[in-house]
Amino acid sequence: MSRLRASATPIGRYHPGDSLLHRADPRSKLVASVLYVAVLFLVRGYPPLLLMAGLLGAGFLVARVPPAWLYRGMRPVLLLAAVTFVFQLFFYGEGATAHLGPLTVYQEGIREGGFLAARLVLLVLSGTLLVLTTQPLSLTDGLARLLSPLARLRFPVYELALMMTIALRFIPTLLDEFERISLAQAARGADLGRGGPWSRARNTLPVLVPLFVLSFRRADDLALAMEARCWRGGRGRTSRRVLAFGWRDAVLAVAVAAVLAAALWIGRFR
Amino acid sequence: MGQAIISLRDVSYRYPQASPQRRPALSGITLDIAPGEYVAVAGANGSGKSTLVRMLDALLLPTGGTVSIDGLDTREAANRDRIRETVGMVFQDPDSQIVGATVADDIAFGLENLGLPPEEIDARLAAVAGRFGLTELLEREPYRLSGGQKQRTALAGVVALEPRVIVLDEPTSMLDPRSREQFHALAAELWSEGTTIVYVTHLLEELALAGRVIVLDAGVIAFDGTPRELCAAPRRMEALGLEPPLAVRLARALSRRGIELEPPLTLAELARSVCG
Repeated sequence: MSRLRASATPIGRYHPGDSLLHRADPRSKLVASVLYVAVLFLVRGYPPLLLMAGLLGAGFLVARVPPAWLYRGMRPVLLLAAVTFVFQLFFYGEGATAHLGPLTVYQEGIREGGFLAARLVLLVLSGTLLVLTTQPLSLTDGLARLLSPLARLRFPVYELALMMTIALRFIPTLLDEFERISLAQAARGADLGRGGPWSRARNTLPVLVPLFVLSFRRADDLALAMEARCWRGGRGRTSRRVLAFGWRDAVLAVAVAAVLAAALWIGRFR
Repeated sequence: MGQAIISLRDVSYRYPQASPQRRPALSGITLDIAPGEYVAVAGANGSGKSTLVRMLDALLLPTGGTVSIDGLDTREAANRDRIRETVGMVFQDPDSQIVGATVADDIAFGLENLGLPPEEIDARLAAVAGRFGLTELLEREPYRLSGGQKQRTALAGVVALEPRVIVLDEPTSMLDPRSREQFHALAAELWSEGTTIVYVTHLLEELALAGRVIVLDAGVIAFDGTPRELCAAPRRMEALGLEPPLAVRLARALSRRGIELEPPLTLAELARSVCG
């Protein structure tokens, strides 16, 4: 059941596909996203923002994400953006005034509020596009490789990447177990999911405690199974996933670099 | 019989957290397994089966005596990598041994640990996936697999490492009868190719597949012989906490009514001697 509920929102979920963005190297997508966000915070004013919105829009088109689905998932973010906008309206108390229905506000407030709201939406959308087009596994893989120079400084990059992968792999297993324990406790008369937030939180305890105990036992077993399969830590390990910089990455790099440079150039005159 | 690939000399084991008054989990185990044998390890719950087989992969180290795998002492830390390359292991619960986020990643896990080049990993991956009927499932996440598919994935991950010994620790206890039979067929096939098989089970029907049965009772070897010899002594089996296979029980019931047959091991054998 929990799995069905989780699939309702596109944020933080992989959207299977075969597009240029889906098939690009996770490293180029990660770097592009980080640069995008950095530029997003560097530029001022609407023209560069518009340019960057155009880039992101093109990305969503290329990835063939259904707009209605995306909109449904973005609703809470849009609400947050609206609140940001309204808040900014009353934050500014100087300069020219403008009439917004019965309210009198300052033009600067409208401009700044709109800018901040738009920036927030673009920020969330850019992260969403990355996650929608990249499998969690490739994402951790790409991250591990980008950070791999740190392994020379004895930073446990491979171990961390493996931990993330295992965590991802066990989420559905743990959800299943949660469901099973809930049913078992309910069958013994446990009163789950009723009452106020406090009693509801307290009522999940009989589910969480066995879930923790089970998880620890599973972790022990898994460690044993990994050792049996010759796990010796990250050193000397190879990876089956060969990542290579392909033409898709070149297209992505050129498009992102061009738009971001243009945005910075335009934003410079502000 | 050549040189033993698995050799235990007066092995005992006591769990570190167990109280000193309790009997050790294993004691006085002396055992040789030759390359190419198919050995079943049976015994009641708590008889020490899992403890014994974990010794074979240096996952547990004996507290007394020596365990050598292909001449390598498991207590030497320097030997452990080679021992684990020699002995592969499939555990009971498929959910606790699948590491990869997809079937392909899981099969590749051990190969990546060995540091093989990616082309070699892909070649071996494709070969075992084809052999175990997993080619269509390679990109599946483990939670979308059936129990039988999960256990085949676990076995494929071990076979890909090309171990000379495969230890199967109650691999079918969570499977339905059809998947169980498929799994038996795969084990038999691996054995016929020369892999040494050590099969832990408490299902007596599975004993008939082995050439040799070792029964543990309270941490000591209580029986070591062929399945036929074991089944010829049904009373002894019961004393060891094992229920004789259905065919043996049927033949016994028939003999009580005065119908004497060749002592059978499987239902197929029984049917043959009844009809023939």
